Amino acid sequence: MKTLLSEKIIESGTNFMMGNEACALGAIVAGCRFFAFYPITPANEIALHMSTLLPKVGGIYIQMEDEISSIASVVGSSWAGSKAMTATSGPGFSLMQETIGYAVMTETPCVIVDVQRCGPSTGTPPLPMQGDVYQARHGSHGEYPIIALAPSSVGDMFLLTIEAFNLAEKYRTPVILLSDALVGHMVESVEIPDLSSIKIFERKTPEKHVEDEFSFFLNENVAPMPKFGSNYKAHVTASTHDERGFRNVENPNFVDNLVRKLYLKIQRHNKDIVKVETKNLDEAEVVLLSYGSVARSAKHVINQARQEGLNIGYVRLVTLWPFPDDEILNLARKVDKIMVLENNMGQVVNEVKRVVGCEAEVKFLPPRLLGTIHEPAYIMENLRRFVNE
Amino acid sequence: MSETQLHPLIAKYARKGAQRQPHCAGCGNGIIAQCMLRAIEELDLDFGKMVFVSGIGCSSWIPSPFFNTDVLHTIHGRPLAFATGVKLSNPDLRVVVFTGDGDGAAIGGNHLIHAARKNIEILAILINNRIYGMTGGQVAPTTPHGMKTRTTPYGNLEYPFDLCKLVEAAGASYVVRWTTFHVKQLVSSMKRGLLKEGFSFIEVMSQCPVQYGRFIGIRDPAKMLLMLRDSSLPISKAKSMSEEELEGRIVVGEFVDRERVGLTKAYKKLLNEVQA
Repeated sequence: MKTLLSEKIIESGTNFMMGNEACALGAIVAGCRFFAFYPITPANEIALHMSTLLPKVGGIYIQMEDEISSIASVVGSSWAGSKAMTATSGPGFSLMQETIGYAVMTETPCVIVDVQRCGPSTGTPPLPMQGDVYQARHGSHGEYPIIALAPSSVGDMFLLTIEAFNLAEKYRTPVILLSDALVGHMVESVEIPDLSSIKIFERKTPEKHVEDEFSFFLNENVAPMPKFGSNYKAHVTASTHDERGFRNVENPNFVDNLVRKLYLKIQRHNKDIVKVETKNLDEAEVVLLSYGSVARSAKHVINQARQEGLNIGYVRLVTLWPFPDDEILNLARKVDKIMVLENNMGQVVNEVKRVVGCEAEVKFLPPRLLGTIHEPAYIMENLRRFVNE
Repeated sequence: MSETQLHPLIAKYARKGAQRQPHCAGCGNGIIAQCMLRAIEELDLDFGKMVFVSGIGCSSWIPSPFFNTDVLHTIHGRPLAFATGVKLSNPDLRVVVFTGDGDGAAIGGNHLIHAARKNIEILAILINNRIYGMTGGQVAPTTPHGMKTRTTPYGNLEYPFDLCKLVEAAGASYVVRWTTFHVKQLVSSMKRGLLKEGFSFIEVMSQCPVQYGRFIGIRDPAKMLLMLRDSSLPISKAKSMSEEELEGRIVVGEFVDRERVGLTKAYKKLLNEVQA
């Protein structure tokens, strides 16, 4: 932290910067010392800042030949002991999926920033869309848990990048920061807190070397992670393996043990992982539920609605995965109607409906134009109709 | 098997509970594993400061889980990319990649040329048996022209890569090819590659009696080894020969051994300059 201050890499207080720059600064503050990248819009500014900042703090910036090798080198770096990150957008995120599964399987801490753009395929690179919510959850093959966070502001790009690293290191898992072109490219003022007040989590490593006693995988309370070169003789494989890393690809008991333990490692700590931001919930009969860039419009609307005498609550999902089931079910029991806002054709809304069941009425509202966020007037108009339905 | 009956190299370098190689009888991988361990033993390297990275395919089982040090058994085609992250983050580790002709030249071909271009200080051992062994004998980018395989029942229309020429052109410091018959030369080149600055690439032409053997009608490993010997040609002789004369021959020896600054060394210099 001292170097960061003395090198003037970051200054506490009010800063004015772009979301992607805030993400790079957050990563540096979190202790990220390895960043691999392949150029893609709208994530390029993260690399611009990382390539400048990392050498100043003794870290590594490397531009790889594609997104596959970017995430692969990130995983390798993590086993060599570094906190490591990569950033990309839709097409690159698709290419990374197989290795994200590898990172889950081998319990490798790392952070993947997906600055979402309009898809499908090449789509419209500079415009925002929230099309990758399900890709973040189920993009890799097989059955696995994942953590994904959704920033709504430049300040979030700073703080949630740090949070992403903390969760990755704490639970030995890849964590996805699901940003979008709007939050990534937006320039606004951001309060950088006193660096000493920011909590940074360091991964648990084996305490002492006990010959022949090693269990570095599949612990519901997170196994210690050996660093390559520290004489723990780690055997890291993405084949189905046991607690010691030995593979077994014949017996379904091993599959069951592995998949359940990977899940339990996250599920048991849901309370620590899942974060939901709420406002004006008291006496609210209708709630606007959103996340990421779209939450900015929702926040604007609830103030406007209050002036019109409408009691509208605000719920913003900071954590998208694991899905905030408990928080949303509790909410549904208190309110009559939930309007879900997303810049897509409806992804999170399906999860909300699954959780809510018959407890409340759920309505989905995409923006008037996909690739833009909802205009407040457009939300208000639909909201009035929904309230009176 | 009791401890006393173990080969001294196995006793010293094999992981407990994984002392047997998983390969088919007659496979060249055992020869290559032994050559690697001999090279390490003769150089008296600190095994605990070595990291072995492999991909998917028969060759990737050489270090995993057999070698009793840090082993990163990765996904198909990408071991060089994973290894790049390991080496950059801790240049003090000696990083060795085991890959095959499918893993390293087909799905991972792009990473191979870029690792060579970056000249990162990694030793890559590519075992070329000219066929996909594990998946049942499909055609590879190294399969000879005209050959029948599981998926070229009418003969292979394509031509194989010359991987050593490819990696040399891409910028590696050290490029060499041997066969599993040339064990002495192979150990010596592995020693050179382990100490060399920059990207070192050793292609080992190897026998697959099960799959390749099936399609050429020779399933005797010893006969296949002799075939490898007889079709080999030293690079010094090959230089003055025409393409027709080289048809069907395996050119062996050092393709290149040059001094080029390795990537982690260059990066260290950059760090010193930026932080000064």
